[in-house]
Amino acid sequence: MGHSYEDSKKLATKIITILAIITIAEVGLALLAKGYISESIHFPIAITGGIMIILSLIKAYLIVYEFMHMKYEVPGLVKSVLLPTLLLVWAVIAFFMEGDYWRNSRNYIKDKNESKVEMNDEVKQEGRLLEEKTYQSN
Amino acid sequence: MADATVTHADHQVEESNWGGGSRPFKASYGKLMMWYFLLSDAFTFAGFLIAYGTLRVSMNTWPVPDHVFSTFPGGLHHKPLYFVTVMTFVLLFSSFTMVRAVQEGQRENKNGVVFWMLLTILGGLGFLGCQAWEWNTLIAKEHVSITKNPFSAHVQAGVYLEGDGHDIKEGDTFEAGEPYLIHKHDGEWHNLKYKLTEDGPQGKAGDVMEQQFGPKAFGALFFFITGFHGFHVLSGVVFLLIIMLNVATGLYVKRRNGYEMVEKIGLYWHFVDLVWVFVFLVFYLL
Repeated sequence: MGHSYEDSKKLATKIITILAIITIAEVGLALLAKGYISESIHFPIAITGGIMIILSLIKAYLIVYEFMHMKYEVPGLVKSVLLPTLLLVWAVIAFFMEGDYWRNSRNYIKDKNESKVEMNDEVKQEGRLLEEKTYQSN
Repeated sequence: MADATVTHADHQVEESNWGGGSRPFKASYGKLMMWYFLLSDAFTFAGFLIAYGTLRVSMNTWPVPDHVFSTFPGGLHHKPLYFVTVMTFVLLFSSFTMVRAVQEGQRENKNGVVFWMLLTILGGLGFLGCQAWEWNTLIAKEHVSITKNPFSAHVQAGVYLEGDGHDIKEGDTFEAGEPYLIHKHDGEWHNLKYKLTEDGPQGKAGDVMEQQFGPKAFGALFFFITGFHGFHVLSGVVFLLIIMLNVATGLYVKRRNGYEMVEKIGLYWHFVDLVWVFVFLVFYLL
Protein backbone atom coordinates (compact mmCIF):
# COMPACT_ATOMS: atom_id res chain seq x y z
CA MET A 1 0.00 0.00 0.00
CA GLY A 2 3.00 2.29 0.40
CA HIS A 3 1.56 4.49 3.16
CA SER A 4 3.28 4.83 6.48
CA TYR A 5 1.16 4.50 9.63
CA GLU A 6 1.19 8.25 10.28
CA ASP A 7 0.29 9.04 6.67
CA SER A 8 -2.54 6.50 6.78
CA LYS A 9 -3.97 8.08 9.93
CA LYS A 10 -3.79 11.55 8.39
CA LEU A 11 -5.46 10.35 5.20
CA ALA A 12 -8.31 8.69 7.09
CA THR A 13 -8.90 11.86 9.12
CA LYS A 14 -8.86 13.94 5.95
CA ILE A 15 -11.40 11.70 4.21
CA ILE A 16 -13.81 11.61 7.14
CA THR A 17 -13.66 15.42 7.39
CA ILE A 18 -14.51 15.73 3.69
CA LEU A 19 -17.39 13.24 4.11
CA ALA A 20 -18.74 15.22 7.08
CA ILE A 21 -18.59 18.49 5.15
CA ILE A 22 -20.35 16.97 2.13
CA THR A 23 -23.09 15.59 4.41
CA ILE A 24 -23.66 19.00 6.00
CA ALA A 25 -23.73 20.54 2.52
CA GLU A 26 -26.35 18.01 1.36
CA VAL A 27 -28.64 18.63 4.33
CA GLY A 28 -28.08 22.38 4.15
CA LEU A 29 -28.98 22.38 0.46
CA ALA A 30 -32.11 20.30 1.13
CA LEU A 31 -33.31 22.71 3.81
CA LEU A 32 -32.34 25.82 1.82
CA ALA A 33 -34.04 24.62 -1.33
CA LYS A 34 -37.31 23.88 0.47
CA GLY A 35 -37.45 27.27 2.15
CA TYR A 36 -36.58 26.36 5.74
CA ILE A 37 -33.64 28.72 6.04
CA SER A 38 -35.23 31.65 4.31
CA GLU A 39 -38.92 31.56 3.39
CA SER A 40 -38.34 33.30 0.08
CA ILE A 41 -35.86 30.81 -1.36
CA HIS A 42 -37.15 27.87 -3.39
CA PHE A 43 -34.99 25.90 -5.82
CA PRO A 44 -36.52 23.67 -8.48
CA ILE A 45 -36.37 20.02 -7.49
CA ALA A 46 -34.42 19.08 -10.62
CA ILE A 47 -31.44 21.24 -9.60
CA THR A 48 -31.35 20.32 -5.91
CA GLY A 49 -31.92 16.66 -6.81
CA GLY A 50 -29.12 16.72 -9.34
CA ILE A 51 -26.64 18.35 -6.96
CA MET A 52 -27.52 15.98 -4.11
CA ILE A 53 -27.10 12.93 -6.33
CA ILE A 54 -23.67 14.17 -7.40
CA LEU A 55 -22.66 14.85 -3.77
CA SER A 56 -23.80 11.36 -2.77
CA LEU A 57 -21.80 9.83 -5.62
CA ILE A 58 -18.71 11.67 -4.37
CA LYS A 59 -19.34 10.25 -0.89
CA ALA A 60 -19.73 6.79 -2.42
CA TYR A 61 -16.46 7.19 -4.30
CA LEU A 62 -14.59 8.23 -1.14
CA ILE A 63 -16.03 5.37 0.91
CA VAL A 64 -15.39 2.69 -1.73
CA TYR A 65 -12.03 3.87 -3.02
CA GLU A 66 -10.40 4.99 0.23
CA PHE A 67 -12.17 3.40 3.21
CA MET A 68 -12.69 0.08 1.40
CA HIS A 69 -9.28 0.37 -0.28
CA MET A 70 -10.59 -0.18 -3.79
CA LYS A 71 -7.99 2.34 -5.00
CA TYR A 72 -5.21 -0.07 -4.09
CA GLU A 73 -6.73 -3.22 -5.56
CA VAL A 74 -5.83 -4.92 -8.83
CA PRO A 75 -7.73 -3.36 -11.82
CA GLY A 76 -9.42 -6.69 -12.57
CA LEU A 77 -11.02 -6.82 -9.14
CA VAL A 78 -12.07 -3.18 -9.39
CA LYS A 79 -13.80 -3.71 -12.73
CA SER A 80 -15.46 -6.97 -11.73
CA VAL A 81 -17.19 -5.14 -8.88
CA LEU A 82 -17.79 -1.69 -10.33
CA LEU A 83 -19.04 -2.52 -13.83
CA PRO A 84 -22.10 -4.46 -12.58
CA THR A 85 -22.76 -1.61 -10.16
CA LEU A 86 -22.81 0.86 -13.05
CA LEU A 87 -25.36 -1.36 -14.78
CA LEU A 88 -27.41 -1.12 -11.58
CA VAL A 89 -27.32 2.67 -11.83
CA TRP A 90 -28.67 2.36 -15.36
CA ALA A 91 -31.47 0.13 -14.04
CA VAL A 92 -32.37 2.70 -11.36
CA ILE A 93 -32.56 5.53 -13.91
CA ALA A 94 -34.62 3.39 -16.29
CA PHE A 95 -37.16 2.58 -13.59
CA PHE A 96 -37.52 6.18 -12.46
CA MET A 97 -38.36 7.06 -16.04
CA GLU A 98 -40.82 4.16 -16.05
CA GLY A 99 -42.52 5.51 -12.92
CA ASP A 100 -42.81 8.89 -14.58
CA TYR A 101 -44.47 7.24 -17.58
CA TRP A 102 -46.95 5.46 -15.28
CA ARG A 103 -47.93 8.76 -13.66
CA ASN A 104 -48.42 10.48 -16.99
CA SER A 105 -50.48 7.57 -18.32
CA ARG A 106 -52.68 7.51 -15.23
CA ASN A 107 -53.29 11.26 -15.37
CA TYR A 108 -54.07 11.07 -19.10
CA ILE A 109 -56.64 8.33 -18.55
CA LYS A 110 -58.16 10.22 -15.61
CA ASP A 111 -58.49 13.37 -17.69
CA LYS A 112 -60.02 11.49 -20.59
CA ASN A 113 -62.49 9.75 -18.29
CA GLU A 114 -63.61 13.00 -16.76
CA SER A 115 -63.75 15.03 -19.93
CA LYS A 116 -67.07 15.44 -21.70
CA VAL A 117 -67.23 14.50 -25.36
CA GLU A 118 -70.11 15.64 -27.56
CA MET A 119 -71.59 12.56 -29.26
CA ASN A 120 -71.69 13.89 -32.80
CA ASP A 121 -71.45 11.98 -36.12
CA GLU A 122 -67.69 12.46 -36.38
CA VAL A 123 -67.03 10.83 -33.01
CA LYS A 124 -69.43 7.97 -33.79
CA GLN A 125 -67.73 7.33 -37.16
CA GLU A 126 -64.31 7.32 -35.42
CA GLY A 127 -65.61 4.73 -32.98
CA ARG A 128 -66.96 2.54 -35.80
CA LEU A 129 -63.66 2.70 -37.69
CA LEU A 130 -61.72 1.74 -34.55
CA GLU A 131 -64.03 -1.21 -33.97
CA GLU A 132 -63.58 -2.43 -37.57
CA LYS A 133 -59.80 -2.15 -37.26
CA THR A 134 -59.85 -4.14 -34.03
CA TYR A 135 -61.90 -6.99 -35.55
CA GLN A 136 -59.74 -7.07 -38.69
CA SER A 137 -56.50 -7.46 -36.80
CA ASN A 138 -57.83 -10.41 -34.73
CA MET B 1 -11.32 -18.00 6.19
CA ALA B 2 -7.52 -18.21 6.39
CA ASP B 3 -5.53 -18.74 3.23
CA ALA B 4 -5.81 -22.46 2.55
CA THR B 5 -3.49 -22.47 -0.45
CA VAL B 6 -0.28 -22.68 1.54
CA THR B 7 3.05 -22.83 -0.26
CA HIS B 8 5.35 -25.09 1.70
CA ALA B 9 8.75 -23.60 2.43
CA ASP B 10 10.75 -26.44 0.83
CA HIS B 11 9.18 -26.79 -2.60
CA GLN B 12 7.23 -24.40 -4.70
CA VAL B 13 3.61 -25.10 -5.53
CA GLU B 14 3.17 -24.52 -9.21
CA GLU B 15 0.76 -21.69 -9.80
CA SER B 16 -1.84 -22.65 -12.34
CA ASN B 17 -5.22 -21.13 -13.05
CA TRP B 18 -7.24 -24.19 -12.16
CA GLY B 19 -4.67 -26.27 -10.33
CA GLY B 20 -4.47 -24.15 -7.21
CA GLY B 21 -1.63 -22.14 -5.79
CA SER B 22 -2.74 -18.88 -7.39
CA ARG B 23 -4.59 -15.85 -6.04
CA PRO B 24 -6.87 -14.32 -8.68
CA PHE B 25 -6.71 -10.53 -8.59
CA LYS B 26 -3.97 -10.93 -5.94
CA ALA B 27 -6.66 -11.11 -3.27
CA SER B 28 -7.31 -13.86 -0.78
CA TYR B 29 -10.35 -16.07 -1.26
CA GLY B 30 -12.12 -14.58 1.75
CA LYS B 31 -11.63 -10.99 0.69
CA LEU B 32 -12.66 -11.63 -2.90
CA MET B 33 -15.79 -13.44 -1.79
CA MET B 34 -16.66 -10.63 0.60
CA TRP B 35 -16.51 -8.17 -2.30
CA TYR B 36 -18.79 -10.39 -4.40
CA PHE B 37 -21.20 -10.87 -1.51
CA LEU B 38 -21.37 -7.08 -1.12
CA LEU B 39 -22.02 -6.77 -4.86
CA SER B 40 -24.96 -9.18 -4.56
CA ASP B 41 -26.26 -7.28 -1.55
CA ALA B 42 -26.00 -4.06 -3.53
CA PHE B 43 -28.31 -5.62 -6.12
CA THR B 44 -30.81 -6.50 -3.41
CA PHE B 45 -30.85 -2.99 -1.98
CA ALA B 46 -30.97 -1.50 -5.46
CA GLY B 47 -34.04 -3.61 -6.15
CA PHE B 48 -35.78 -2.18 -3.09
CA LEU B 49 -34.77 1.39 -3.87
CA ILE B 50 -35.99 0.93 -7.44
CA ALA B 51 -39.36 -0.25 -6.09
CA TYR B 52 -39.53 2.80 -3.83
CA GLY B 53 -38.43 5.26 -6.49
CA THR B 54 -40.70 3.93 -9.21
CA LEU B 55 -43.80 3.89 -6.98
CA ARG B 56 -43.07 7.31 -5.55
CA VAL B 57 -42.49 8.93 -8.94
CA SER B 58 -45.63 7.27 -10.31
CA MET B 59 -47.87 9.08 -7.78
CA ASN B 60 -49.09 12.64 -7.96
CA THR B 61 -48.52 13.34 -4.26
CA TRP B 62 -46.18 11.80 -1.75
CA PRO B 63 -45.47 12.67 1.92
CA VAL B 64 -42.94 15.49 2.11
CA PRO B 65 -39.85 14.08 3.89
CA ASP B 66 -38.87 17.22 5.77
CA HIS B 67 -42.39 17.34 7.17
CA VAL B 68 -42.59 13.65 8.09
CA PHE B 69 -39.16 13.52 9.69
CA SER B 70 -39.12 16.66 11.78
CA THR B 71 -39.19 15.39 15.34
CA PHE B 72 -36.20 15.25 17.66
CA PRO B 73 -35.78 13.49 21.00
CA GLY B 74 -36.79 15.65 23.91
CA GLY B 75 -40.26 16.45 22.59
CA LEU B 76 -38.94 18.81 19.92
CA HIS B 77 -40.92 19.44 16.75
CA HIS B 78 -40.35 21.34 13.54
CA LYS B 79 -36.72 20.32 13.33
CA PRO B 80 -36.72 18.97 9.77
CA LEU B 81 -34.07 16.32 9.02
CA TYR B 82 -32.07 17.15 12.20
CA PHE B 83 -32.36 13.70 13.75
CA VAL B 84 -31.63 11.75 10.59
CA THR B 85 -28.53 13.91 10.03
CA VAL B 86 -27.33 12.94 13.50
CA MET B 87 -27.88 9.27 12.54
CA THR B 88 -25.86 9.74 9.37
CA PHE B 89 -22.99 11.25 11.32
CA VAL B 90 -23.02 8.40 13.83
CA LEU B 91 -22.72 5.80 11.08
CA LEU B 92 -20.15 7.85 9.15
CA PHE B 93 -18.00 8.20 12.26
CA SER B 94 -18.25 4.48 12.94
CA SER B 95 -16.83 3.93 9.44
CA PHE B 96 -13.87 6.10 10.41
CA THR B 97 -13.26 4.12 13.61
CA MET B 98 -13.41 0.93 11.50
CA VAL B 99 -10.68 2.28 9.20
CA ARG B 100 -8.57 3.01 12.27
CA ALA B 101 -9.12 -0.53 13.55
CA VAL B 102 -7.90 -1.99 10.24
CA GLN B 103 -4.86 0.32 10.33
CA GLU B 104 -3.98 -0.83 13.85
CA GLY B 105 -4.37 -4.43 12.66
CA GLN B 106 -1.85 -3.78 9.90
CA ARG B 107 0.76 -2.80 12.46
CA GLU B 108 -0.33 -5.75 14.61
CA ASN B 109 -1.38 -3.57 17.54
CA LYS B 110 -3.86 -5.94 19.19
CA ASN B 111 -5.09 -3.48 21.83
CA GLY B 112 -5.51 -0.74 19.25
CA VAL B 113 -7.68 -3.01 17.12
CA VAL B 114 -9.90 -3.87 20.11
CA PHE B 115 -10.24 -0.19 21.06
CA TRP B 116 -11.25 1.04 17.62
CA MET B 117 -13.55 -1.94 16.97
CA LEU B 118 -15.29 -1.24 20.27
CA LEU B 119 -15.96 2.34 19.17
CA THR B 120 -17.32 1.02 15.87
CA ILE B 121 -19.69 -1.32 17.71
CA LEU B 122 -20.89 1.54 19.92
CA GLY B 123 -21.51 3.61 16.79
CA GLY B 124 -23.55 0.79 15.29
CA LEU B 125 -25.59 0.35 18.46
CA GLY B 126 -26.14 4.10 18.64
CA PHE B 127 -27.44 4.10 15.08
CA LEU B 128 -29.81 1.23 15.87
CA GLY B 129 -31.08 3.06 18.95
CA CYS B 130 -31.77 6.14 16.85
CA GLN B 131 -33.58 4.10 14.21
CA ALA B 132 -35.70 2.47 16.95
CA TRP B 133 -36.64 5.92 18.28
CA GLU B 134 -37.59 7.03 14.76
CA TRP B 135 -39.78 3.95 14.23
CA ASN B 136 -41.44 4.41 17.60
CA THR B 137 -42.32 8.02 16.79
CA LEU B 138 -43.79 7.03 13.44
CA ILE B 139 -45.69 3.97 14.67
CA ALA B 140 -46.83 4.84 18.19
CA LYS B 141 -47.14 8.63 18.00
CA GLU B 142 -48.01 9.35 14.39
CA HIS B 143 -49.76 6.04 13.65
CA VAL B 144 -48.09 5.21 10.35
CA SER B 145 -48.68 1.57 9.50
CA ILE B 146 -48.37 -0.60 6.44
CA THR B 147 -52.09 -0.20 5.78
CA LYS B 148 -52.61 3.46 6.65
CA ASN B 149 -50.50 6.52 5.97
CA PRO B 150 -51.71 9.70 7.69
CA PHE B 151 -49.05 11.85 6.02
CA SER B 152 -50.16 13.53 2.84
CA ALA B 153 -50.12 16.84 1.00
CA HIS B 154 -52.79 19.17 -0.31
CA VAL B 155 -53.44 19.26 -4.03
CA GLN B 156 -55.28 22.60 -4.07
CA ALA B 157 -55.39 25.71 -1.93
CA GLY B 158 -58.06 25.99 0.73
CA VAL B 159 -58.99 27.01 4.26
CA TYR B 160 -59.53 24.78 7.28
CA LEU B 161 -63.03 24.64 8.80
CA GLU B 162 -61.81 23.11 12.06
CA GLY B 163 -58.63 22.86 14.10
CA ASP B 164 -56.80 19.75 15.26
CA GLY B 165 -55.56 20.98 18.64
CA HIS B 166 -51.96 20.86 17.42
CA ASP B 167 -50.65 23.18 14.69
CA ILE B 168 -53.83 23.80 12.73
CA LYS B 169 -56.52 26.24 13.82
CA GLU B 170 -59.89 26.90 12.27
CA GLY B 171 -59.48 29.49 9.53
CA ASP B 172 -55.86 28.60 8.72
CA THR B 173 -55.22 28.73 4.99
CA PHE B 174 -52.96 26.45 2.98
CA GLU B 175 -51.53 26.26 -0.51
CA ALA B 176 -51.21 23.43 -3.01
CA GLY B 177 -48.38 21.10 -2.05
CA GLU B 178 -48.55 21.87 1.67
CA PRO B 179 -48.06 18.72 3.74
CA TYR B 180 -50.32 17.64 6.60
CA LEU B 181 -50.60 14.89 9.19
CA ILE B 182 -53.96 13.39 10.15
CA HIS B 183 -54.06 12.98 13.93
CA LYS B 184 -55.55 10.10 15.86
CA HIS B 185 -57.03 10.48 19.34
CA ASP B 186 -58.53 7.72 21.48
CA GLY B 187 -58.50 5.32 18.55
CA GLU B 188 -60.36 7.75 16.30
CA TRP B 189 -58.94 9.39 13.20
CA HIS B 190 -59.62 13.13 12.92
CA ASN B 191 -59.70 13.94 9.22
CA LEU B 192 -60.11 17.71 9.28
CA LYS B 193 -62.68 19.34 7.04
CA TYR B 194 -61.66 22.19 4.79
CA LYS B 195 -63.11 24.36 2.07
CA LEU B 196 -61.46 24.87 -1.33
CA THR B 197 -60.71 28.48 -2.18
CA GLU B 198 -60.20 28.04 -5.91
CA ASP B 199 -61.12 25.71 -8.77
CA GLY B 200 -58.85 22.81 -9.54
CA PRO B 201 -58.53 19.06 -10.12
CA GLN B 202 -60.17 18.21 -6.78
CA GLY B 203 -63.18 20.47 -7.08
CA LYS B 204 -64.54 23.99 -7.33
CA ALA B 205 -64.09 26.91 -4.94
CA GLY B 206 -66.38 26.53 -1.96
CA ASP B 207 -66.45 22.72 -2.06
CA VAL B 208 -66.12 21.16 1.39
CA MET B 209 -63.64 18.28 1.58
CA GLU B 210 -61.99 16.11 4.18
CA GLN B 211 -58.29 15.41 4.67
CA GLN B 212 -57.45 12.23 2.78
CA PHE B 213 -54.90 9.62 3.82
CA GLY B 214 -51.65 9.56 1.88
CA PRO B 215 -50.35 6.81 -0.42
CA LYS B 216 -50.59 3.48 1.38
CA ALA B 217 -47.27 2.27 -0.01
CA PHE B 218 -45.30 4.81 2.06
CA GLY B 219 -45.37 2.87 5.32
CA ALA B 220 -44.55 -0.51 3.81
CA LEU B 221 -41.68 0.88 1.74
CA PHE B 222 -40.20 2.96 4.56
CA PHE B 223 -40.34 0.28 7.24
CA PHE B 224 -39.21 -2.51 4.95
CA ILE B 225 -36.22 -0.70 3.48
CA THR B 226 -34.99 0.96 6.68
CA GLY B 227 -35.72 -2.31 8.49
CA PHE B 228 -33.68 -4.31 6.00
CA HIS B 229 -30.83 -1.83 6.38
CA GLY B 230 -31.17 -1.90 10.16
CA PHE B 231 -31.00 -5.69 10.01
CA HIS B 232 -27.69 -5.36 8.19
CA VAL B 233 -26.43 -2.95 10.86
CA LEU B 234 -27.48 -5.40 13.57
CA SER B 235 -25.80 -8.40 11.95
CA GLY B 236 -22.74 -6.21 11.36
CA VAL B 237 -22.62 -5.35 15.05
CA VAL B 238 -22.89 -9.04 15.96
CA PHE B 239 -20.03 -9.99 13.64
CA LEU B 240 -17.93 -7.05 14.83
CA LEU B 241 -18.43 -8.23 18.40
CA ILE B 242 -17.41 -11.80 17.61
CA ILE B 243 -14.32 -10.74 15.69
CA MET B 244 -13.37 -8.17 18.33
CA LEU B 245 -13.48 -10.90 20.96
CA ASN B 246 -11.36 -13.10 18.69
CA VAL B 247 -8.83 -10.30 18.39
CA ALA B 248 -8.78 -9.84 22.16
CA THR B 249 -7.99 -13.53 22.73
CA GLY B 250 -5.03 -13.24 20.34
CA LEU B 251 -6.50 -15.57 17.71
CA TYR B 252 -5.14 -13.54 14.80
CA VAL B 253 -1.63 -12.99 16.15
CA LYS B 254 -0.17 -16.18 14.68
CA ARG B 255 -2.24 -16.24 11.48
CA ARG B 256 -0.44 -16.14 8.14
CA ASN B 257 -2.87 -13.47 6.92
CA GLY B 258 -2.69 -11.54 10.18
CA TYR B 259 -5.66 -9.33 10.90
CA GLU B 260 -7.25 -9.82 7.49
CA MET B 261 -10.48 -10.88 9.22
CA VAL B 262 -10.77 -7.34 10.58
CA GLU B 263 -10.36 -6.01 7.05
CA LYS B 264 -13.12 -8.27 5.76
CA ILE B 265 -15.66 -7.26 8.38
CA GLY B 266 -14.49 -3.70 7.74
CA LEU B 267 -15.57 -4.06 4.10
CA TYR B 268 -19.01 -5.22 5.26
CA TRP B 269 -19.31 -2.29 7.67
CA HIS B 270 -18.37 0.28 5.03
CA PHE B 271 -20.94 -1.27 2.70
CA VAL B 272 -23.62 -0.81 5.38
CA ASP B 273 -22.59 2.85 5.66
CA LEU B 274 -22.65 3.20 1.88
CA VAL B 275 -26.18 1.81 1.63
CA TRP B 276 -27.25 4.31 4.30
CA VAL B 277 -25.80 7.17 2.19
CA PHE B 278 -28.21 6.20 -0.58
CA VAL B 279 -31.21 5.38 1.66
CA PHE B 280 -30.68 8.77 3.33
CA LEU B 281 -30.52 10.47 -0.05
CA VAL B 282 -33.57 8.79 -1.53
CA PHE B 283 -35.90 8.83 1.49
CA TYR B 284 -34.98 12.02 3.28
CA LEU B 285 -33.30 14.45 0.92
CA LEU B 286 -35.06 14.02 -2.40
